[in-house]
Amino acid sequence: MSYAAQKFLEDAAVKSADLAHREVIRRALDSYDAAHLRGRSRIHDWEAARQRCQEIKREAINHLDRYLLQFEEKVIAHGGHVFWAADAQEACDYISNLATSRGVRTVVKSKSMVTEEIQLAPALEKAGITVWETDLGEYIVQLRNEPPYHIVTPAMHLNRRQISELFKEKLGEEVPGDDPAELVALARRTLRRPFFSAEMGISGANFLVADSGAIAISTNEGNGRLCTSVPRIHVAVTGIEKVIPRLEDLAVLWPVLATSGTGQGITTYSTLIGGPRRPGEADGPEEFHVVLVDNGRSALLADPEQREVLHCIRCGACLNICPVFRNVGGHTYGTTYQGPIGSVLTPHLRGREFEHLSYASSLCGACTSVCPVKINLHHHLLRNRRNTAAAGDTKWSERMMFRAWRHAMLHPRIYALGGWLGRKTLRALYGLGLAGSIVDPMRVWNLRRSPLPLPKESFRSLWRKSLGRRGLGKKGLGRKDLGSNDL
Amino acid sequence: MQRKVSLFVPCYMDQLLPEVAMDTVKVLRRIGCEIDFPSDQTCCGQPAFNTGYWNEARPCAENFLRVFKDAEVVVCPSGSCTTMVRSFYPELLAAGALHEEAIALGKRTFELSEFLVKVVGITDVGAAFPHSVTYHASCHGLRELQLRDEPLQLLRKVSGLKLLEMLRFDECCGFGGTFATKFESISVAMGTSKAESIAVTGAEFVTAIDSSCLLHVQGILGRSGAKARTIHLASILAQEKP
Repeated sequence: MSYAAQKFLEDAAVKSADLAHREVIRRALDSYDAAHLRGRSRIHDWEAARQRCQEIKREAINHLDRYLLQFEEKVIAHGGHVFWAADAQEACDYISNLATSRGVRTVVKSKSMVTEEIQLAPALEKAGITVWETDLGEYIVQLRNEPPYHIVTPAMHLNRRQISELFKEKLGEEVPGDDPAELVALARRTLRRPFFSAEMGISGANFLVADSGAIAISTNEGNGRLCTSVPRIHVAVTGIEKVIPRLEDLAVLWPVLATSGTGQGITTYSTLIGGPRRPGEADGPEEFHVVLVDNGRSALLADPEQREVLHCIRCGACLNICPVFRNVGGHTYGTTYQGPIGSVLTPHLRGREFEHLSYASSLCGACTSVCPVKINLHHHLLRNRRNTAAAGDTKWSERMMFRAWRHAMLHPRIYALGGWLGRKTLRALYGLGLAGSIVDPMRVWNLRRSPLPLPKESFRSLWRKSLGRRGLGKKGLGRKDLGSNDL
Repeated sequence: MQRKVSLFVPCYMDQLLPEVAMDTVKVLRRIGCEIDFPSDQTCCGQPAFNTGYWNEARPCAENFLRVFKDAEVVVCPSGSCTTMVRSFYPELLAAGALHEEAIALGKRTFELSEFLVKVVGITDVGAAFPHSVTYHASCHGLRELQLRDEPLQLLRKVSGLKLLEMLRFDECCGFGGTFATKFESISVAMGTSKAESIAVTGAEFVTAIDSSCLLHVQGILGRSGAKARTIHLASILAQEKP
């Protein structure tokens, strides 16, 4: 078992039992659920909108080569620069070198999960550059020296009391009554100075519009616009899968992203940036760079069976509905992308060490039912599992067990005998009070569940003896005690 | 009209819950079905399939296709095992000679409530169950087979039954096959949430179309000393009017 898998199991056990954590997450997600439902009801035909979004993303991903080149050509024509980064290292090096060569000492960042994925902030700090996260949630987790808890709401796991204490400790100001508006005002005041002193602003991009060479950004706090327009240099870091064919595609993608992300009709700020400041324009950066990050994505693109995973628009809806996420929380995953999409994607991006995440799901499919671009998330978990088993990355004992199991299932008599013997053995063990003990093969099941019912006869045996020939009488062979545990 | 039905009993039900399979037989006979139970059936292969062992699951699927080859209609008291046949066999057998046959058999295989409501067109099967019951929508039935209302239609026609709605009735109970033991802590936490939702309804029974979910939920309820008990939909429908 990999270190990451071991850690996941340990953290999951702790978080699953942490009722205070569960309460905070439930409260946050209950309000999301209500907003999401309201938001969906505002869209005339939600299913048609999802269908359209899926088609747009499918077209974009299936012709990624063409649309990315078209996007690059337009950006260059507008006076911007495009850098193709094969991996995290190349992306970080490009941005660090750019910053160093331009004498950048302070960077302001708006929210971007790709920058988390490539670990950009630590790379810049290593080059002696100060990095300010300016999205409120990101700023809070930066002050706590933590990764984002959730791809859309990075500080979802904290209540205002905790945030107030954090601000008091780190910013030296006390907010009476932990008033949320005052807490926001304090963060705003603190962030104002770096906004105007930073030489470089770094943003992500929600979409790259191929036909117009613009990046589209959805934010709610206005920090994104300050990051991308005040500093001298703007660098947009983004995954290659974010490209969409046409500007008009935003007409459906923007509201669908906002609805799935937060339940809003559209985010407060929906920004399109087409390049650096042009002569005569009042503001905007002197330099505009787009860093297109591959970092494992083209390997996924090469797989026709699973390439639709690249359709993801990072709305977070699958995390919010996921009962596993609701119980273990975001940090337990130990990944940049949490929840179902993270469990599907991370084994592809980061390899074997994260294969356990494909198994950390009951396969309930709630994620798939809400995905606004209709990624068949839970079926991709199954395919990941198949790949893991095929690569021989599962436990030897498990492989042997399933081999024996197959043998039994192909020989009905062995199956029936095995079942009979199994029940008889367990009945004997449990009769001795050994359920859940070290000799109990069902020990893990029985740790915190009452034992399975162990009838003397299987259905097939009953059928053979009587059911098949006689019909069931009025009383039949029915239960002794309705609803009893012996059933 | 006498309908010929081939009964597919999930392996865990065969071994652990024969009563539920018997109740299924009872209900189907009551509405006039003639039942055949092909004795060479074993497991549909889902445990191996879901754990990634498709090479182990595939022969089970092939065996299933052989066993039920001549069946006019296959009925199964499980949404999950029906899903395996209808939704996953075509993918599992995509490369083989049996692909078409798998798709065809999937179209003839029905979960019990689906068979009663959609195929036979009956919602009142003449059952009586004078108890309060809440319904848990098992994931595979709900999201793979799109069975949202069928089980409820049947429950509403059961004489004396008081149906109580559960908050988050469509949230997974946390069973998930091997997930239940591989990630025991998460599975139990999910089961505990479900048990809390059940308790809030005050119902005497919680029902579902899948015994696998119910075994897990019963395990949690049993340990917590909760008042509610689990009962498969077939076992409610099998209770005859006096």
